[in-house]
Amino acid sequence: MDLKSSYLGLELANPIVVGSSPLGTNVQTIRDLEAAGAAAVVLPSLFEEEIMAAARSELAKESLSASGSAEAQSYLPDPHGYHIGPGQYLDHLKAVKDAVSIPVIASLNGTSVGGWTRYAEKMQEAGADALELNIYLLPFEADETGAEIEQRTLDVVKAVKDAVSIPVSVKLSPFFSSIPNMAKRLDEAGADGLVVFNRFYQPDIDIEELEVVPNLRLSTADELRLRLRWLAVLSAQLDISLAATGGVHSAVDVLKAVMCGAHSVQLVSALLIHGPDHIARLLEAVDFWLTDHEYTSLRQAQGSMSLAKVERPAAFARANYMKMLDSWEL
Amino acid sequence: MAKPRTVMIDGNEATASVAHRINDVCAIYPITPSSNMGEFADEWSARGDTNIWGTVPDVIEMQSEGGASAAVHGSLQAGALTTTFTASQGLLLMIPSMFKIAGELTSTVFHVSARTVATHALSIFGDHSDINAVRTTGWGLLCSGSVQEAHDMACIGQMATLASRIPFVHFFDGFRTSHEVSKIEYLEDDDLRALIDDDKVRAHRDRALSPDHPVIRGTSQNPDTFFQAREAINGFYDACAQHVVEAMDRFGERTGRHYRLFDYIGHPEAERVIVIMGSGAEAAHELVDHLVGAGEKVGVLKVRLYRPFSSEHLLEALPRATRRIAVLDRTKEPGAIAEPLHMDVVHALADARAAGTSPFEADPIVVGGRYGLSSKEFNDAMVKAVFDNLAAEKPRNRFTVGIVDDVTHLSLEVDDDYDIAPDDVFRGVFFGLGADGTVGANKNSIKIIGEETDNFAQGYFVYDSKKAGAVTISHLRFGPRPIRSSYLIKKAKFVACHQWVFVEKLDMLAYAQRGATFLVNSPFGADEIWDQFPREVQQDIKAKGLKVYCIDATSVARDTGMGRRTNTIMQTCFFAISGILPREEAIAKIKDAIKKTYGKKGDEIVRLNFEAVDATLANLHEVEIPDEITATVTRPPIVSEQAPELVKRVIAMMIAGKGDLLPVSAFPPDGTWPTATTQWEKRNIAIDIPVWDEELCIQCNKCALVCPHAAVRAKVYEPAALEGAPETFKSVDYKAKDFEGMKYTIQIAPEDCTGCTLCVRVCPAKDKSNPKHKSLDMAPQMPLREPERINYEFFLGLPEVDRTKVKLDVKGSQFLQPLFEYSGACEGCGETPYVKLLTQLFGDRALIGNATGCSSIYGGNLPTTPYAVDAEGRGPAWNNSLFEDTAEFSLGFRLAVDQTRERAIRLLKDLSSQLGSELVDELVNADQGDEAAIAAQRKRVRVLRDKLAGIDTPAAHDLDHMADFLVRKSVWGVGGDGWAYDIGYGGLDHVLAMGRDVNLLVLDTGVYSNTGGQASKATPMAATAKFAMGGKDMAKKDLGLMAMAYGHVYVAQVAFGAKDSQTVKAFVEAESYPGTSLIIAYSHCIAHGYDLADGLDHQTMAVESGAWPLYRFDPRRAAIGENPLKLDSKAPKISFDQYANSETRFRMLQKSDPERAKKLMVEAQRAVTARFDVYQQLASLSFGSEDSSETN
Repeated sequence: MDLKSSYLGLELANPIVVGSSPLGTNVQTIRDLEAAGAAAVVLPSLFEEEIMAAARSELAKESLSASGSAEAQSYLPDPHGYHIGPGQYLDHLKAVKDAVSIPVIASLNGTSVGGWTRYAEKMQEAGADALELNIYLLPFEADETGAEIEQRTLDVVKAVKDAVSIPVSVKLSPFFSSIPNMAKRLDEAGADGLVVFNRFYQPDIDIEELEVVPNLRLSTADELRLRLRWLAVLSAQLDISLAATGGVHSAVDVLKAVMCGAHSVQLVSALLIHGPDHIARLLEAVDFWLTDHEYTSLRQAQGSMSLAKVERPAAFARANYMKMLDSWEL
Repeated sequence: MAKPRTVMIDGNEATASVAHRINDVCAIYPITPSSNMGEFADEWSARGDTNIWGTVPDVIEMQSEGGASAAVHGSLQAGALTTTFTASQGLLLMIPSMFKIAGELTSTVFHVSARTVATHALSIFGDHSDINAVRTTGWGLLCSGSVQEAHDMACIGQMATLASRIPFVHFFDGFRTSHEVSKIEYLEDDDLRALIDDDKVRAHRDRALSPDHPVIRGTSQNPDTFFQAREAINGFYDACAQHVVEAMDRFGERTGRHYRLFDYIGHPEAERVIVIMGSGAEAAHELVDHLVGAGEKVGVLKVRLYRPFSSEHLLEALPRATRRIAVLDRTKEPGAIAEPLHMDVVHALADARAAGTSPFEADPIVVGGRYGLSSKEFNDAMVKAVFDNLAAEKPRNRFTVGIVDDVTHLSLEVDDDYDIAPDDVFRGVFFGLGADGTVGANKNSIKIIGEETDNFAQGYFVYDSKKAGAVTISHLRFGPRPIRSSYLIKKAKFVACHQWVFVEKLDMLAYAQRGATFLVNSPFGADEIWDQFPREVQQDIKAKGLKVYCIDATSVARDTGMGRRTNTIMQTCFFAISGILPREEAIAKIKDAIKKTYGKKGDEIVRLNFEAVDATLANLHEVEIPDEITATVTRPPIVSEQAPELVKRVIAMMIAGKGDLLPVSAFPPDGTWPTATTQWEKRNIAIDIPVWDEELCIQCNKCALVCPHAAVRAKVYEPAALEGAPETFKSVDYKAKDFEGMKYTIQIAPEDCTGCTLCVRVCPAKDKSNPKHKSLDMAPQMPLREPERINYEFFLGLPEVDRTKVKLDVKGSQFLQPLFEYSGACEGCGETPYVKLLTQLFGDRALIGNATGCSSIYGGNLPTTPYAVDAEGRGPAWNNSLFEDTAEFSLGFRLAVDQTRERAIRLLKDLSSQLGSELVDELVNADQGDEAAIAAQRKRVRVLRDKLAGIDTPAAHDLDHMADFLVRKSVWGVGGDGWAYDIGYGGLDHVLAMGRDVNLLVLDTGVYSNTGGQASKATPMAATAKFAMGGKDMAKKDLGLMAMAYGHVYVAQVAFGAKDSQTVKAFVEAESYPGTSLIIAYSHCIAHGYDLADGLDHQTMAVESGAWPLYRFDPRRAAIGENPLKLDSKAPKISFDQYANSETRFRMLQKSDPERAKKLMVEAQRAVTARFDVYQQLASLSFGSEDSSETN
């Protein structure tokens, strides 16, 4: 079965891409993922905060070192070739590129236009086949309008696009007033693809210590639904690469996402739970299902359930909500 | 000859860069000011730099300098070219090996940054007392006077030792040369290859011990032969000087830099000549050039080869016209007929006269003088004074210069206004804080000017004696000729004040010459700054006609994301207004330098610095100087009027930075000082201080316990004591039963707090509706300073708690008066809370012997010292003997205390009939197990003294003198892990074995903190430290387990940030245990690489990971059939890497060598798990069962 797909202009052997996660921190793991059939890998994000923090911590370390007494002009050694965060990321990217032949997508995470966007260029120089921009933006200020936030997002995309020639995808938040409009403007701003959607980590609180505690949960298959709807909506209107991320666990999930218009399907939680070999099992199952249902290629199914093509588009829309409510009435 | 490459480096690097390339092995140990040489060697080997033969030198840290020299001896005997780097006490510890190495005619060079040997006091600074202490070892002594010479002599020494087989000490002045940054011509590898003779290297290797052609050395000889055999060596010493001459000649041919054994500079017919060695010779050289230029017949003879001393070369080098000679020694030999170099010169002349070989018609008059002890200034005016003395009708002999001796009147008068500083040399003085990067920026500036222009450049950096809020003064010179001014700048063209607070504290403009530029970092703008200057500053500005510029660098730094780092901004200002380079060019060069410095650390940091540079020029303004002096305020007095006489007369001068002006009569002759003087030095270094919300407070006293500077205090007192309380003084009802009905206050010492925030971090009392508000919150100090100062004064006047009523737990301990306060330790120090606790619990009867290190520096570095006294005048008596001997030194205290008590008891019994047998009985047999019993015994002693007053016999007088020793004394040995695990371990082990009642407190930071964070055997595996650049690959030594093996030693491992209750319990138990006790105390430290405000969290993680198990091993439990070991921390609940990843010392290796880091982390986890397992098993062994005899 021909499972090929095209994402961000990259020819993929199949639609399964390893999403940005700790899976991408180890070169051997990435080799294993490639061997299991992953068509591409997105590396963990290099965070704007990380870049800035590295600079700041270097300054702080200097203060530490320079706290200065006559006996000790510094308190920590300053080893030769000591690379802080960003430099190390680029070294890793190069190592991954050397180790595997599938496309390697670097990921940059930030919220404002600033010096950090220059790392996009460095990632390109280091051999990244594409960039995934994760604009993780939580609006906390009551005075900041939705329009301003959207503009900020677009500015970041433009800044990065100006800096690189490789394709750039944008990992979207589901919390825009108009997702299709935002998607369209991103398309116009030069984005080559959209990744739907970012999962925001929801912190917990500790009622004993009265403290906020970080909390990380893996995705569940339930989360896929939100993605399916918006993939269907976006694929109907935009000629842009689409990726599904969040809640893809089974072969059926993969097929659903592809049918709603995804050109690639990113997996993280399922791989963290089941290991790299899970990809091989999924591909086998997808292959089997397509063969069994007499498809000739995956492309044949791609976008078949988009809003433009689906038999009852209303089912994706508000009317569906009414109907669902009705169905609960006894 | 091609023009050699020039570099800007300091004397230590200049020396090490040669030594590392021409040796196979370096055995090292840290000691100021030589540590950096070992650090460089370790760093270069860690990154794979090879010597000139293509191998990477093996750099190994030893447990002491004694160990280092022994390893060197062994390595030399087995044929490797081997070296070490040391100074002062370190060199002294090498003496036994040095005799052997010389006696066996073994080629090696030790590189020594000469430093004062401790006598009445320790000093880290430079003189030749250490060098002169090894004169008898038979080593050659080769002296460098500048950074260039240190670089060159490192090579010449090696050439000479290989040729002569005499080992050499190559020395240069500690700090003045070791730490001076200077522009030098660099010796390339090819130079070294050409100069080091491979035949002689092979000859060295051929002499090595080898089983393939065995010989024996180190035999024992007897009266029949030893003497003759010793004399057999003479030929080598006779030939040695010539070998050095040849080495110098070959060196000169290769490099164009020519040296002689004695280098004469000056008028060819000089009548007055100074003979001197080291950096002082450069100052003399400079002045001689000046005076000869003015037509005077003077000269200076620089001694390069001090041993073997060549009279022949000395006499040859002196001009025939010489009439008078002053020999200057940078050392003091009390009781000697003269200082050593002086004696050598006199002897050389006398020998020549006797032998009829003297080149002089009439021998010159030779006088000797001492100068420059402990890096005391030796400047042009002082050299002039020495020449003037020689010109006197009867020159004074055995004089001193550079001090005012108003007791024995030996000092020469110096004209302080005499100054030959030429106009074409730029001189700048910069005042900064340790943490603001001033020194780093200045090093950068001189690098730019030294390397990018034809100017010669010199930088020298002076630090004050504190660790928190240390003031640094940078002295920078740039000029068209080599700079020989080996002394501080007296008249600067440029004075920069990098912190506004200095304006009211320091007399910076004393350095400014007429028409100089004064740059101030000020929160006030150009239009308002004038009125903010104190009167003295305004007067100086007008009197000296200064140009004044200001910038709000603190704001620029904050706005450009540089945080507290104002260095780049102030550096930019300096270049913009000093005119040393065209402005545009200077800015471009600063940016280049930033790129070089930070390039490998990421673009972002480069960009932040660039932005700061760009923002600087827009914010730099010249201040218009008004016609009038407008200031209404003057600088506040240095110390309070209430201070004791000695503090006002002597200590205040030292605090003000004017200690140089104090005459000899100001000082005690034996190094004895009063304690409790930090209270008079109000440093006001905190920007924010804690504010107490008495309503939220749960009265746990944890804040007071963790405060490193005793600036957070707790008291309970009767409500009546509140009478007359200041308006803002806070007080609440005390909540617990023990002091029911009393009032409670937490009070901050606003001027002594360093703003570390540990108290706020530990405070558990959160506002339930607004958890970010706690019972302690930080707030700006400025507005609080005055009201809280008054409150604190009132607080101190409140009666102290009745010690006999306090429960000795965390809370109770903090009602006891700390007798260790306001030390100069780092903000947030992890050691001082333990020391403070010790003094709260036992300070009024404690003798403390302190190992050299951080705790001896913050504990005993003048001007002011932190050990304090209570209302009765009692408090810790303290002495720092050495680094290595603290356990034995403290044991000595115990021996004397016990012996004195024995004698007192003897006398009591003798006088029993007159004193009453009941009183005598009670005094002799009193149980002194707790505070109440000790108070009762003190009362008895008072009764005893009253009675003794009526008995006029020698025995009664004696007993009166010793009666205090009838009260139990608490003997402590305190030091760091460098002492306990490494250099002092042998002694510590012996003291543990003796079982006498000595308490040993190990403040374990896991590195040699004081010398800058070198690895010790306490350094955890996988951590990076200096001397362990590649990450420590051995597990931390388990000192506690080793001590437990004795069975009779009380051992506790504690971490106050993880479990304070266990810490307090351990201190109380250890002290009450009548044998030897060892407390190993986890001390978070700046050398771990995190914000010390997080120190308590790191302690907790260390314990939770199992890396630092908490336990108490009490032999008293074994005696009653219980397991002596109680494990006080739970099984690990986080992994080792979770703990380690939070600290830069571990993370660093993950960045520099991820593979090795990973491997070491796995190993470290294994070691931690295994160790905890052992403790768990030990703690669960059953004691007192039938077979207890086997397990016990």
